[in-house]
Amino acid sequence: MSERQGLRSLNYLNATVGLKSWLLTKDHKRIGILYLIGITLFFFLGGAMAVLIRLELATPAGDLVQPDTYNRLFTMHGVMMIFFFLIPSIPAVLGNFLIPLMIGAKDLAFPKLNLASWYIYMIGGGFALWAMLNGGVDTGWTFYTPFSTTFSNTYVIATALGIFILGFSSILTGLNFVVTIHRMRAPGLTWFRLPLFVWAHYATSLIQILGTPVLAITILLVAAERLFHIGIFDPALGGDPVLFQHLFWFYSHPAVYIMVLPAMGVISELVTAFSRKRVFGYKLIAFSSIAIAVLGFLVWGHHMFLSSQSVYAGVVFSVLSMLVAVPSAVKVFNWTATLYQGSISWDTPMLYALGFIGLFTIGGLTGVMLATLGIDIHVHDTYFVVAHFHYIMVGGAIMAYLGGMHFWWPKITGRLYPAFWSKLSALMVFVGFNLTFFPQFVLGYLGMPRRYHAYPEEFQVLNVMSSAGATVLGVGYLIPMVYFIWSMRYGKRASSNPWGAVGLEWQTPSPPPTFNFVDSPTVDHEAYDYTVRPGDQKVA
Amino acid sequence: MSSETTTRAWGLDHQFDSLEQQREASFLGMWIFLVTEIMFFGGLFAAYILYRWYNHDGFVAGSHELDVTLGAFNTAVLIGSSLTMALAVWAAQVGRRKLTALYILLTIALGLVFLGVKVIEYRAKFEHHLFPGPGFEWPGPEPAASVEMFFNLYFLMTGLHALHMIIGIGMLLVLAWLAWRGVFSPENHNLVEGMGLYWHFVDIVWIFLFPLLYLLGRNAGA
Repeated sequence: MSERQGLRSLNYLNATVGLKSWLLTKDHKRIGILYLIGITLFFFLGGAMAVLIRLELATPAGDLVQPDTYNRLFTMHGVMMIFFFLIPSIPAVLGNFLIPLMIGAKDLAFPKLNLASWYIYMIGGGFALWAMLNGGVDTGWTFYTPFSTTFSNTYVIATALGIFILGFSSILTGLNFVVTIHRMRAPGLTWFRLPLFVWAHYATSLIQILGTPVLAITILLVAAERLFHIGIFDPALGGDPVLFQHLFWFYSHPAVYIMVLPAMGVISELVTAFSRKRVFGYKLIAFSSIAIAVLGFLVWGHHMFLSSQSVYAGVVFSVLSMLVAVPSAVKVFNWTATLYQGSISWDTPMLYALGFIGLFTIGGLTGVMLATLGIDIHVHDTYFVVAHFHYIMVGGAIMAYLGGMHFWWPKITGRLYPAFWSKLSALMVFVGFNLTFFPQFVLGYLGMPRRYHAYPEEFQVLNVMSSAGATVLGVGYLIPMVYFIWSMRYGKRASSNPWGAVGLEWQTPSPPPTFNFVDSPTVDHEAYDYTVRPGDQKVA
Repeated sequence: MSSETTTRAWGLDHQFDSLEQQREASFLGMWIFLVTEIMFFGGLFAAYILYRWYNHDGFVAGSHELDVTLGAFNTAVLIGSSLTMALAVWAAQVGRRKLTALYILLTIALGLVFLGVKVIEYRAKFEHHLFPGPGFEWPGPEPAASVEMFFNLYFLMTGLHALHMIIGIGMLLVLAWLAWRGVFSPENHNLVEGMGLYWHFVDIVWIFLFPLLYLLGRNAGA
């Protein structure tokens, strides 16, 4: 015990000091924290845009901002939230921090590349910020041609270049994870003993590797057309705008799974830890991650049902899109079956996990509705679509991200956060989220189109509900920000395993030493082995 | 713990347990990177397929404007450079440092010959007003926009390929210097093998570009 106390005093946070030791670090745990700082900045920037959008929509008349300004607001909200927050969020912060710990390795396979990825991310973010400060971009986050290449007078190139650069960060992170998971596992840690978090990140990495380069070439072509009038997408120059949509969605639909697959990985960890039970259907959950990654590449055409795509292609893409619901449902059913007869505790991470399961189910089922050709034509480009993808991205990915942050925060910082405030904020996030986005389903079904700054008066009640919900949601996001920072100095010290969870990351001190483990671990049992290792390790 | 630190091989990074593990990780990483490159070029190949289908006559006419002799010469040069690159990897495997550097320099020289020929070809296109943009002129019977689309893709595809060559040559220069200094050993020369894979990949991209741009449609009777 005294040996453990002695080791706690020297960990990855205090092993070296000074700004330089952070900016030149090769430690995956420190790089995870660098990412955390970056993505938190973009989250609040994107959130500020959302605040202005919801303020404008509180009244039917367009009275707060000009129509052009509104176009820039929703564009920058989407760009910041999708590319600079959601895509890196769970993989680059939690994945970076946890994957080597979970597989018993000293670091990722390529630590310098990992640091380079962070710098690439920050440089890409710099371009996007520069564009935003100079007036932003008004094309929508989808950059549809020929508007983006020929007609828009805003900072398309700077923003697109930022996304192009950021893409390499995403690619290199995925590459690093795949090599690490293949080559760096501890002795005895076979593929089917891996935590499901690792499986989910493996599937995510495959999408990052295969999808992101296609976005990169698409952005290059947009830049070539905008700068040099080399006609690729503009019909006036002999190009085909639908080709842009094919290339863009070939990446950007799978990108949704870059956001939600790691979230599902987090939920698998939380549900088992707080049910104190072996996960139900381990292999099915593992393979369903891979199935989602593969199927995700075959469904991009469902964004183009109304873009002159042939009816036959539409039918095929419709059926394939519905198929994604199968592996997604497998996960939801298996988490629910894991809860069954578990000894459930209601700690904050579990509240987020249960919230995720409910909200993701609503987001997923409305996705099946949208995959149906007839319904999609009716609600195309309405708030129904907006509500659907916010249920997946905010109700799904951000809930899981926050759940994961609350679960691993004691491991990351060695400190505990206040239980009351964290449970209160989890509740506020859940209530605020539903109040914000459920009315948008109704608005969309009634025919309110997205991307307009004014609307007919009969939609006001639902819009006011949505804006009120956004306020609650915003406060729910600010509270954790405050107590997380507070806990770093004043929080109670965490033991190595405060939740009594299994998994290699809990068998090393909190915070872990620089090379993660005092003695390199070996593994001789399956993941989530709660029967052999009961919760008596809670006092480590 | 202490025995582990004393027996660690030279050149073994801290995160790995053995040189074998480091070598496997390095190769897997390189192969995955090449997969991303295939997807990157893949977007352009998709555009080529679509626009060739839209503008068949223009593409046939455009491909007749390219110099097959120079293209074939460049193909031979590039395949030759892949041979010298493979020989450099062999020299590193058997631990002959000067020979490794020499073969890398030969590879660089052949790469520069390729780029030089490319400059001659590009200049001829400029002079014949075949560079896309406001200065483009097409006197033939085919629609000018169709032929221009061929040259859009010709310059984008060969330009992106040339950019990969330039980056590759830059990295090979560093590699030659490292090889000369004796950084590589028969046990650890992952960097040479990784660069070799990259160079062969760039070569293979050209093996696809040459027939698509220079040869396809030449016998279509147009």
